[in-house]
Amino acid sequence: MFAVLALIAGVVLGIVFKPSVPLALQPYLPIAVVAALDAVFGGIRARLDGIFDDQQFVISFVSNVLVAALIVYLGDQLGVGTQLSTGVVVVLGVRIFGNVAGIRRHLFRA
Amino acid sequence: MADDAIDEPRPEAAAGEPDAATDEPAVATDAVATDAVATDKAQPDPATAAVRPEPAADPAQPDEAAAPGPEPRSDATVGAGSASGIRISPWWPARRPSTAGALIGVLLALLGFGLVVQLRSNATDSQPSARPEDLVRILSDLDARKDRLSQEIAQLQGTSQRLQAGNQGRAAALQEAQRRADELGILAGTLAAEGSGMRVRLIPGSTPLKSWMVLDLVEELRGASAEAMQIDGVDGRSVRIVASTYFADASGGLNVDGQTLAAPYSITVIGDPQTMQPALNIPGGVVDTVHNAGGTVIVDQIGTVQVTALHQAGALRYAQPVS
Repeated sequence: MFAVLALIAGVVLGIVFKPSVPLALQPYLPIAVVAALDAVFGGIRARLDGIFDDQQFVISFVSNVLVAALIVYLGDQLGVGTQLSTGVVVVLGVRIFGNVAGIRRHLFRA
Repeated sequence: MADDAIDEPRPEAAAGEPDAATDEPAVATDAVATDAVATDKAQPDPATAAVRPEPAADPAQPDEAAAPGPEPRSDATVGAGSASGIRISPWWPARRPSTAGALIGVLLALLGFGLVVQLRSNATDSQPSARPEDLVRILSDLDARKDRLSQEIAQLQGTSQRLQAGNQGRAAALQEAQRRADELGILAGTLAAEGSGMRVRLIPGSTPLKSWMVLDLVEELRGASAEAMQIDGVDGRSVRIVASTYFADASGGLNVDGQTLAAPYSITVIGDPQTMQPALNIPGGVVDTVHNAGGTVIVDQIGTVQVTALHQAGALRYAQPVS
């Protein structure tokens, strides 16, 4: 519940302050958001599975974001930023789908 | 609710109480109750180490966020502040939120913030956020498109020129056809004509003029390159003289193509006067013949004359053009 409130608070902050993304962060923010979403869905699923661990969630969240950003950064340095970003997004999307499928099984038994 | 501090790679890690499993279903509706966990971590209980083999036995279930899954986790760090053994309702956050719980809240707030920021920046303008190589690709795409469109423009311009030329050719052909139709209409007698020529008047003497004299006159004029002729009687009737025109004697005058004309006659002819006049006056010619018959031939009005009488061309019944 607290986490949901925090999420809503973040959304409200973003709406209220209307910040613009710094140029240096522009390639990384979308990937980081997707990675964080993956971590959140993983956390929800682990919660439903009864194996949620907050430490692990925090670490996975942070490292997901960092690794995703690092991969994009590396890709940019190597000149394959676009392709690598696509790859990261595809992998994370697949994982999100899997997690959502797990959540669905828990909630709807189907 | 106890800690669920287990993930697959570490089934032997310090777990919660044995009754932890009984609490689990109640949690299902409260997806991210962040705080009520890890309270007992400080007391690893060897007796419960093997309490939960289920996660390990089910490798198909991905852990939350598989990427960092196997990382080492120090049990004593985050949840250490919580008093050991406190039972906390899963429906309400802990009275003393753990550091990890707070971190989770901060992270999720950051996530929402970042999500909104990204959505906004994407909604406002998409171009500046593109990578340089994307921009280069877009640019080259646009260049290629521009080239294709330029080619298309050149093609269409060529087509337009061709069509215009064809149009002009068509107009020229039409003009030529019109000219030929005019010529043929004048020759066939279906169009009025105007041009240099003269008028020949035939005045009979005591005896009427014979039709063959008029025909001689007409043939002489034709032989002298006359292009259009008409004959008028004194009573105002006029007949266009064409290839099929016939002359016959009639009581009280001359029958030309079925019309009876009264003497004296007047023949209007378009052609070269310098050729036609001598042709009439040659010795033993038409003028002499008419004189011998007591009549008179007067040539006057040399200059521009008009041939206005028309010949009604009947439809051809038998002759067809040879295609």
